[in-house]
Amino acid sequence: MLNINNLHAELEEDSEVKILKGFSLTINPGEVHAIMGPNGSGKSTLSYVLSGRDGYAVTEGGATLEGVDLLEMEPEERAASGLFLAFQYPVEIPGVGNMTFLRTAVNAQRKARGEAELSAGEFLKVVRAKANELQIDADMLKRPVNVGFSGGEKKRNEILQMAMLEPKMCILDETDSGLDVDAMKLVSDGVNALRDAGRSFLVITHYQRLLNHIKPDFVHIMSDGRIIKSGGPELALEVEENGYTDLLAEAAA
Amino acid sequence: MVALDETQLRDGVDRETVETVQSMAGTYKHGWETEIEMEFAPKGLNEDIVRLISKKNNEPEWLLEWRLDAYRRWLTMESPDWAMLKIPEIDYQEQYYYAKPKSMEEKPKSLDDVDPKLLETYAKLGIPLKEQMVLAGVEGADEPRKVAVDAVFDSVSLGTTFKKELAAAGVIFCSISEAVQDHPELVKKYLGSVVPQNDNYFAALNSAVFSDGSFVYIPAGVRCPMELSTYFRINAENTGQFERTLIVAEKGSHVSYLEGCTAPKRDTTQLHAAVVEIVVLEDAEVKYSTVQNWFPGDENGKGGIYNFVTKRADCREARAKVMWTQVETGSAITWKYPSCILRGDDSQGEFYSIAIANNWQQADTGTKMVHLGKNTRSRIVSKGISAGHAQNTYRGLVSMHPKATSSRNYTQCDSLLIGDKCGAHTVPYIEVRNASSRVEHEATTSKVDDDQLFYCRQRGMDEEEAVALVVNGFCREVLQELPMEFAMEAQALVAISLEGSVG
Ligand SMILES: Nc1ncnc2c1ncn2[C@@H]1O[C@H](COP(=O)(O)OP(=O)(O)O)[C@@H](O)[C@H]1O
Ligand SMILES: [Mg+2]
Repeated sequence: MLNINNLHAELEEDSEVKILKGFSLTINPGEVHAIMGPNGSGKSTLSYVLSGRDGYAVTEGGATLEGVDLLEMEPEERAASGLFLAFQYPVEIPGVGNMTFLRTAVNAQRKARGEAELSAGEFLKVVRAKANELQIDADMLKRPVNVGFSGGEKKRNEILQMAMLEPKMCILDETDSGLDVDAMKLVSDGVNALRDAGRSFLVITHYQRLLNHIKPDFVHIMSDGRIIKSGGPELALEVEENGYTDLLAEAAA
Repeated sequence: MVALDETQLRDGVDRETVETVQSMAGTYKHGWETEIEMEFAPKGLNEDIVRLISKKNNEPEWLLEWRLDAYRRWLTMESPDWAMLKIPEIDYQEQYYYAKPKSMEEKPKSLDDVDPKLLETYAKLGIPLKEQMVLAGVEGADEPRKVAVDAVFDSVSLGTTFKKELAAAGVIFCSISEAVQDHPELVKKYLGSVVPQNDNYFAALNSAVFSDGSFVYIPAGVRCPMELSTYFRINAENTGQFERTLIVAEKGSHVSYLEGCTAPKRDTTQLHAAVVEIVVLEDAEVKYSTVQNWFPGDENGKGGIYNFVTKRADCREARAKVMWTQVETGSAITWKYPSCILRGDDSQGEFYSIAIANNWQQADTGTKMVHLGKNTRSRIVSKGISAGHAQNTYRGLVSMHPKATSSRNYTQCDSLLIGDKCGAHTVPYIEVRNASSRVEHEATTSKVDDDQLFYCRQRGMDEEEAVALVVNGFCREVLQELPMEFAMEAQALVAISLEGSVG
């Protein structure tokens, strides 16, 4: 599914700031991978470089989605080929109804893939059902995108977008931050409902607790722009118990 | 449930925008020309031309004198230079002041008798001139509402739809030249009573040479049974368009009126100097909406319409209410300040504006709220969008006169910049001459946010779609004031007029 090979990236406007320093990872269809790591290790940058945000220069290495070079594509082309990023900080768009945004996005992707657009009726039916599962009410669908949403509402809204867009490769950047226990459960249930053999996840998180709900197949520890250790779910528990210090020291040794 | 259904409606409007944008290859979609034989008055401007226009319209003596008076005053006046506009010198002798399709020589009895070529022009513009047709419906609207249309082609009105149905309600909706023939007493009473001949340079020019435009009269207590609209089309080259619109709303009446404007793509610039006068009497309400899409010039700033317009509403009596909504996307230069004279006690004026300037367009637009009566209210919401090398100025006057006690104004003025070569300016003039009135002014300037664009693109929209969505969101408060039938068109226009502004 996703193949990241020796990825190096720096800030476009300051080549002194090197952020990704040889990041490699292969995710097969249906797998759930978690990335944990201290603040500033480059987790968000990885998600931005993969999804095509401006401001970063890739100096070495590459990434493919289903064998196709990701880095050559425009952000919207990456989206249409199945890459989805749930943002750590979802963006507010004043004046644009949440529903309008969703439908514009869904139809833009369908169009890009040469599929027929959803009619208003079909779309509404699907949105209602999915919104309901995430306890997103009609009012929240009507309000401008993320404007005045609470932290939890923003994150649930990201998951609703993901559910509507049905991507193949989902990257979740600290979707658990700012969530209380109930919201965490809702969001995790939403993600778990989407798990299937053809869809993969890369779950970026700071804390182990999310991984109690979304059970990963693999856990990777990231530090200073690359993976320093990989393992199974037990690795996350180790971090929970001992923090990153030992792991970092081990890697440095 | 209810909330969701409303969402669906709003949503339909937006989806349409996106589809429309995608289906448009070029930038200005109304730039084609109708090939038709025209009759022109000789080039240039002098008293004989004024006489000729008056004669062509078979006008009474008083109106000819009124025009000549205006012309003589115009000769003594100077083109205003206080706006933040660079206006190239205009040679008034190099223009035609009257152009009429030859086929209109003998006035057609009804729209059915109008030259098919002309009717085709409007069909191509998507404007329904057949009464069984309505403007493209809006998803979710129960029943398409009727819209009566007056179609003005260069200097003449081709005809008006739904005349009978309107007449049954006592409403007069016809071209101003017809009104001069059929209702001279009304025209004489109100023409120039809101915008006097010598109000300003362009108003004086219009008063001298105005050719056609619309006339609306709503009798006391009548709620106009449908939307009224006028579509102005400039077709002939080197021809100025000087339309004159007069709306009179008697006591307790109500009307919603819309004007739309387009013109062919040309290298040469063209002058459009219109005057709109609205008289609103006790408890009456007039809603006047404009979707201005004159040719803006090409991406290098060549050609385009000079849109120099004087629009004013006089809330003459108590509790009269007027609401201007404008979507100004076209024209090379826009000089326009739709105003409200709040004379009657408790009268109200509102101004909602979207002004978009892209490429080399210049816009200096805003409003004047003149509070004369007690307890009067006004509200201004202006959204200015600048892109390319464009300059966009909001200029607004709020004046509270000594007798306008306990009056209120609220002004909100937002500017959005796309790129770093354009400019946005806000020039508010505020005069408060009594102690009990209050004026509030808020202004913001922002840039289209890269994070917003990236967010949209990560969800699958291309860059232009993303900009259109974000800008339409920025304009939402104004767009929702438009009659539903036109909101869709306006949203599409917002998107189209910003094409090429990013990337
Ligand atoms: N646009 C930027 N400008 C300056 N520094 C940046 C920028 N983006 C990332 N960085 C730096 O790169 C490092 C990694 O950041 P980030 O990817 O956000 O880490 P994480 O998500 O793991 O906390 C940090 O030191 C951060 O300050
Ligand atoms: Mg981060």
